[in-house]
Amino acid sequence: MAAPAAKGTSRTAQNDVASIKKKGPGALATAYLVIYNVVMTAGWLVIAIGLVRAYLSKGSYHGLYYSIERPLKFFQTGALLEILHCAVGIVPSSVVLTGFQVMSRVFLTWAVTHSVREVQNEDSVLLFVVAWTVTEIIRYSFYTFSLLNHLPYLIKWARYTLFIVLYPMGVTGELLTIYAALPYVQKTGLYSVTLPNKYNFSFDYYTFLILVMVSYIPLFPQLYFHMMRQRKKVLASGEEHQKSN
Amino acid sequence: MDINLVALEAKQAGKKANGPKRPVKPTKPAKKTKKAVVFFEVEILCAKTKDKLCFLDKVDPNATIGEIKAMFHKSHPQWYPARQSIRLDPKGKSLKDEDILQNLPVGTTATLYFRDLGAQISWVTVFLTEYGGPLLLYLMFYFRVPFIYNTKYDFTTSKHWVVHLACMCHSFHYVKRLLETLFVHRFSHGTMPLRNIFKNCTYYWGFSAWMAYYINHPLYTPPAYGEQQVQLALIIFLFCQIGNFSIHIALRNLRPPGSKTRKIPYPTKNPFTWLFLLVSCPNYTYEVGSWVGFTVMTQCLPVAFFTLVGFIQMMIWAKGKHRSYLKEFRDYPRLRSPILPFML
Repeated sequence: MAAPAAKGTSRTAQNDVASIKKKGPGALATAYLVIYNVVMTAGWLVIAIGLVRAYLSKGSYHGLYYSIERPLKFFQTGALLEILHCAVGIVPSSVVLTGFQVMSRVFLTWAVTHSVREVQNEDSVLLFVVAWTVTEIIRYSFYTFSLLNHLPYLIKWARYTLFIVLYPMGVTGELLTIYAALPYVQKTGLYSVTLPNKYNFSFDYYTFLILVMVSYIPLFPQLYFHMMRQRKKVLASGEEHQKSN
Repeated sequence: MDINLVALEAKQAGKKANGPKRPVKPTKPAKKTKKAVVFFEVEILCAKTKDKLCFLDKVDPNATIGEIKAMFHKSHPQWYPARQSIRLDPKGKSLKDEDILQNLPVGTTATLYFRDLGAQISWVTVFLTEYGGPLLLYLMFYFRVPFIYNTKYDFTTSKHWVVHLACMCHSFHYVKRLLETLFVHRFSHGTMPLRNIFKNCTYYWGFSAWMAYYINHPLYTPPAYGEQQVQLALIIFLFCQIGNFSIHIALRNLRPPGSKTRKIPYPTKNPFTWLFLLVSCPNYTYEVGSWVGFTVMTQCLPVAFFTLVGFIQMMIWAKGKHRSYLKEFRDYPRLRSPILPFML
């Protein structure tokens, strides 16, 4: 599931603990991670600016997807590297959790929005793109500052507070987009395999998408309340540190 | 080590108590010399909260952890012995049921920590349920019970003979597993956590239903290379089933009934067990082989997925087993790999 703020937060909370317990990644890894996070912050800023400019020139917020389609695909897909970071150990997060979160974003970007051209004009796409953009800008700058040991309280606050609005916003956008894609998938049999065939296998993408939507029901509340708990923990201890800053 | 010295002193203190002999009273009949025993006191604390849960006095120094668990169960009936984990250290490893109190590094007042393992279910129950499901489910698809396929196919049979063969093989496989659970396997632990049964059953039942759906489907396509492919696959399947069974028997014979001894398995006179020369867990090797055979026989992608997932899981288990063999036995044969000869 492409939960905007939730993904980063659980990773960050782990990062926070890691910086207290261990020395963290080596110097080379840290330099690489700083570059990675700066590049990603810049990339999502480009997307944000692209959206604003397109809105200003068009005068409406319909069909803004096309103005940022390329950088969105590039930078969202680039996040796959984060799975590698966990696998290699330079980021102390679970490979499985990170993998799940990144793959759900990539799924929505490519397997839904890119693949079903008819939904690209939907307003729901803008809804999740905006949610993702704001979340990622904050998340990647959070990581950048954390790695440099110079985290402004504002960024930490934003990271652990804005999700309250951004997360439901993103989830709504995602669900509406998948829902909008359903009739086209059913009509064209997109990504579906029917019997009979040599390998005795079948796959109905339409049913699969419905199952994906249903899976949001158990997953969303769990992730959301996990975020809430993380927020209490991190911001409670943050207030004490703020004075020493 | 200091702790052992303490234990030794405790033992010797016990012996010293024998010293002063009681004066013989003439009125008493033939007296047996009584050895005074130093009883232990055992206090059991909660590993998480350090609360005192139970205090046992007059505990026989030769009492086993198993007996202490039984005593603890009396005062806390909701925690039957199978769900108790007793340790010397709140974060340490669980003590074994066979461990004897006075051999542990504790003083005559022993402090033990308790952790609740959660509701337990016996391994036998789990195995019977998780294997019974696939056996029955597959047959339901084979007989095309209503509501699975189109109504016009209800209770019909496939025209392809490989479908009948596949049903026989699949059923044989699970009957074999059920019988082995009842009569062959000797389990180290009696129980496992209750939630495992839901996890395991979802896996076995889910996959077998998925495979059975396609193999028994009216639109099933038989293997591309026909008879030859099916025959080769059947040979592989049977060979591996016999191999797997041979290993299970060999492992059973390593362990006398009722014991929990652990020994290095070696090849026996049965040629199927010669795989022990190359692999630590040949039972898993043969199991993967059986499913590869079944995949080739049915030429069905879901079966290939099931084989792959099973292989990954068994590889993880084999690596773990291999590592613990290496740790436990210094003379463990170096030629062996965990699951695939020379490879994995």
